[in-house]
Amino acid sequence: MNQISQKPMDSEALLTIRDVERIFGGGRKLFGGQLPAVHAVQGLSLDVKKGETLGVVGESGCGKSTLARLVVGLDLPTSGSITFNGEDLAALARKDRNALARKVQYVFQDPVASLNPRKTIRTILEAPLKHLTDLKADRREARLAELLQAVNLAPEFLERYPHEFSGGQAQRIGIARALAAGPELIVLDEPVSALDVSVQAQVLNLLDKLKDDFGLTYIFISHDLSVVESVSDRVAVMYFGRMAELGPAKEIFRHPLHPYTDLLMRSAPAPGRHDLMSEDASTELPDPYNPPKGCAFAARCAHRTETCIAGKPSPDESKAGNNHIAACYHPLGKA
Amino acid sequence: MMTDTTMSAPSKTKSKSSRPGTLALLLNNTLATSGLVVLVLICLIALAAPILPLADPDVTAPADRLLPVFAEGHLLGTDHLGRDILSRLIWGTRVSLAVGLSATIIAAFFGSLLGLVAGYAGGRTDTLIMRGIDMVMAFPYILLALAIVAVLGPGLLNALYAIALVNIPFFARNIRGITLGLSRREFVDAARLSGKSPVQILFLEILPNVLPVIVITMSTTVGWMILETAGLSFLGLGAQPPQADLGSMLGEGRKILFTAPHVSIIPGLMIFALVMSINLFGDGVRDILDPRLRAGSLTRPVSRTAVHRKADDIPAPSQKGGVLDVRQMRTEFEIGSSVYKAVGGVDLNLKEGECLGIVGESGSGKSVTAMSIMGLVPTPPGRIAGGAAYLDGEDLFAASDRRIRDLRGGSVAYVFQDPLSTLHPLFTVGDQLTEAITTHQPMSGSKAREKAIELLSLVRIPNAKERLSAYPHELSGGMRQRVCIAMALANDAKVLIADEPTTALDVTVQSQILTLMNGLRRERNAAILFITHDFGVVSALCDRVAVMYAGRIVETGTTEEVLANPRHPYTAKLIECVPVLGEPERRLDAIEGRPPVVNNLPEGCAFAARCPHAQAACRAGEIGLEMSSDTRGVRCLFPLNSGASA
Ligand SMILES: Nc1ncnc2c1ncn2[C@@H]1O[C@H](COP(=O)(O)OP(=O)(O)OP(=O)(O)O)[C@@H](O)[C@H]1O
Ligand code: SF4
Ligand code: SF4
Ligand SMILES: [Mg+2]
Repeated sequence: MNQISQKPMDSEALLTIRDVERIFGGGRKLFGGQLPAVHAVQGLSLDVKKGETLGVVGESGCGKSTLARLVVGLDLPTSGSITFNGEDLAALARKDRNALARKVQYVFQDPVASLNPRKTIRTILEAPLKHLTDLKADRREARLAELLQAVNLAPEFLERYPHEFSGGQAQRIGIARALAAGPELIVLDEPVSALDVSVQAQVLNLLDKLKDDFGLTYIFISHDLSVVESVSDRVAVMYFGRMAELGPAKEIFRHPLHPYTDLLMRSAPAPGRHDLMSEDASTELPDPYNPPKGCAFAARCAHRTETCIAGKPSPDESKAGNNHIAACYHPLGKA
Repeated sequence: MMTDTTMSAPSKTKSKSSRPGTLALLLNNTLATSGLVVLVLICLIALAAPILPLADPDVTAPADRLLPVFAEGHLLGTDHLGRDILSRLIWGTRVSLAVGLSATIIAAFFGSLLGLVAGYAGGRTDTLIMRGIDMVMAFPYILLALAIVAVLGPGLLNALYAIALVNIPFFARNIRGITLGLSRREFVDAARLSGKSPVQILFLEILPNVLPVIVITMSTTVGWMILETAGLSFLGLGAQPPQADLGSMLGEGRKILFTAPHVSIIPGLMIFALVMSINLFGDGVRDILDPRLRAGSLTRPVSRTAVHRKADDIPAPSQKGGVLDVRQMRTEFEIGSSVYKAVGGVDLNLKEGECLGIVGESGSGKSVTAMSIMGLVPTPPGRIAGGAAYLDGEDLFAASDRRIRDLRGGSVAYVFQDPLSTLHPLFTVGDQLTEAITTHQPMSGSKAREKAIELLSLVRIPNAKERLSAYPHELSGGMRQRVCIAMALANDAKVLIADEPTTALDVTVQSQILTLMNGLRRERNAAILFITHDFGVVSALCDRVAVMYAGRIVETGTTEEVLANPRHPYTAKLIECVPVLGEPERRLDAIEGRPPVVNNLPEGCAFAARCPHAQAACRAGEIGLEMSSDTRGVRCLFPLNSGASA
């Protein structure tokens, strides 16, 4: 199922996700009976190469954040495997949470909510240094100064409380905290969606610089296609818990294969653009408790055929090559 | 390309001192203050009992039985054993206070601990603890206390344990709820990723946030606990003779209520004074810790914004006509000693069927502008400080409250960013829609229902008829927003004010809503005031756009002109920092610095500190909005592209 994505990259893959599935609910009720189950993520396979930025896009509820939490070990997959540098991530998370936290870190969507309102910035930034590194007190102090320098904040901020900061400043603190223990991979879950466009640009530029300075690898999650396009080397489009399309950013945005990617692109407003594509409002979204048998996008798809409804397309159904895969029987641009 | 914007720290001292302090808020509450005064007085006297010249409370003197109040040597008389009531009262109060407080502390400690563990651990631990708590709560409260004392045997200490035990569930439930909410918060995940252990997270991250709630719960329960201890003593299960506590004094006096009423009335009054003062004070404390009051208002906000403008300073309607004509509108917030000029003289003009976009960064005053028009800004702290808003020539700021109520949801309707804040969670979509219709147009229920179905189909909700009986939480975000739009259209609104109606939605849903609104204004000829921070959305919908900065419009014009040829440096920068699909190579040019805080606006151009073209002249004196044509205007001394554009 996943030979395509596996072969050319295995040598340099930092993170490997194979057939990962995460089911919520579905346990037994107190008095017999089965609780309804939701597949938040299903049949997901992908690699993240060292030094790249992988963008992940999709609508709300498509499983982006679940994927993110799985990668940082805040949640464990129901089945499938995630390996980081050849080590099984779930095993690592169970055995030594902190060893994982030293390598993989997370930046949250809501910068202010991710900072404890009753702690000073110093306490917040010192926590990872204390628990994840074995730096002595004086070295920690020096490291704090370095971190603030790296994210462009004034040293006097250390003694302040989170509510005294703007969203952009709070997000810089969140980024500094993620950097503290010197991770290799940072998962950024909608890091700029809560920010103003002007501040968004500042933070995006900062992330760019940090990546070069520290040799980081990013997984960048966003629902904003233009932001993802501007930061990513490769892009994964998710729909209904599955991978719809995965490929080099340039390819995906120039020649989308999956009709869903195409729909997203044509729905995105842009300055000077009047011809927003708009779906018929009567399209029903798939029901997570009662998933369709075939392609989950079929109800919204103009290219749907009997084949689509009969069975699910495999992740590389399109067979387009060029490391560009799409789970679609009738990929666009291939008549 | 990196910006040094945040190298300067925000000014801290100013924001602190301008907010009313905790004590000031408390003293503002007369009831709470009097409660505090009485309580402090009682506590001081009780504490001073050993050093006061009091008779021994336990020494009996049968010769002096039942002396009345003001008897020689016994200010409050004596009881049936000839003991001095004043002395017993003070010593008894001391005992009651001590028992009540200890019981509260014990209950708070164990209850909070259980609540914290249950809320944080979740799953089986939570179920187990909470089932146990439920079982305790299933017994009537005082019966349970009685049963416990019956098992342990009567005595003050046992009464204390009983009272503490029956109050544990109360704390446990409260604290569990708060903890549950907090442990889903992102900062807890963040602490986990910082390498903190669960115990560290529970006690170092969550507990500090729960502590205020524990304190509030304690201050509101300690009064009841004193009362309950008195109750047990009254029944003879608490303090044992000869020891005095308020309850046992009351109990002993009861038998001779008719011959010597003062023996029971005096401790009764003391219990009343004690419990009342504690509860009044406790309520005051709870109100103060309420964040809404913290925000600076000392009284509850009223339903319409106060208007404070000089009678000779009301601008006349502009010559342009239009449905909505806002002239020089100013809205201010008074918080503590500083005045925030959130809107500083805004002119807006909307014609029928026209869509005007307002764009700007967060805090630029877009929402306050929109809310001011129909008086939706909360007073206090807000007030309209000047200007006028004309709806078809009628000055809205001078209209009666009744008239404004009729217009709201009638001729002028709002759509907000969060549909859940508009829709009531406990009523069906149909109920809410028909109510919106019938408050403005009297008609029969079945007619209103028909109209509701029509409206839902108008906003393209499939199966409109069935959806009438749906509750808001059963609809997706996009559908909810469509219901809100349907409600806004219920009474043929002439003006639709939409404040970021699509910001919380996915792009595909957003484009549906935008298409819908665009169609509606064409079909119904409604004027739309559309607030957004996204130039892309403006392009899709708006004919004209006004760019706001620090409470003022800095540039206005048709959407094409402004986008293609921005003349204000701020507009230009704002457009440049938007990433555009299909142009990934474009450098995002961030705007350095942050907008000024509106309580301390600089002289001259508010953008000067961030403007690459600023010159000395920019920082001196008012800069007007120069109109170069009917629709095009810019508030800048050195506008860009001066040659290129008209
Ligand atoms: N209830 C209030 N009490 C005190 N100040 C307020 C209140 N509401 C708004 N303000 C202040 O008024 C100014 C303008 O706020 P406004 O909400 O209009 O901004 P906005 O442009 O709508 O921002 P956003 O894009 O974040 O919605 C801000 O300085 C804000 O702090
Ligand atoms: S598989 Fe069929 S229904 Fe699914 S996206 Fe492709 S064409 Fe559309
Ligand atoms: S008035 Fe001066 S400071 Fe203000 S925007 Fe124009 S050039 Fe810049
Ligand atoms: Mg707003």
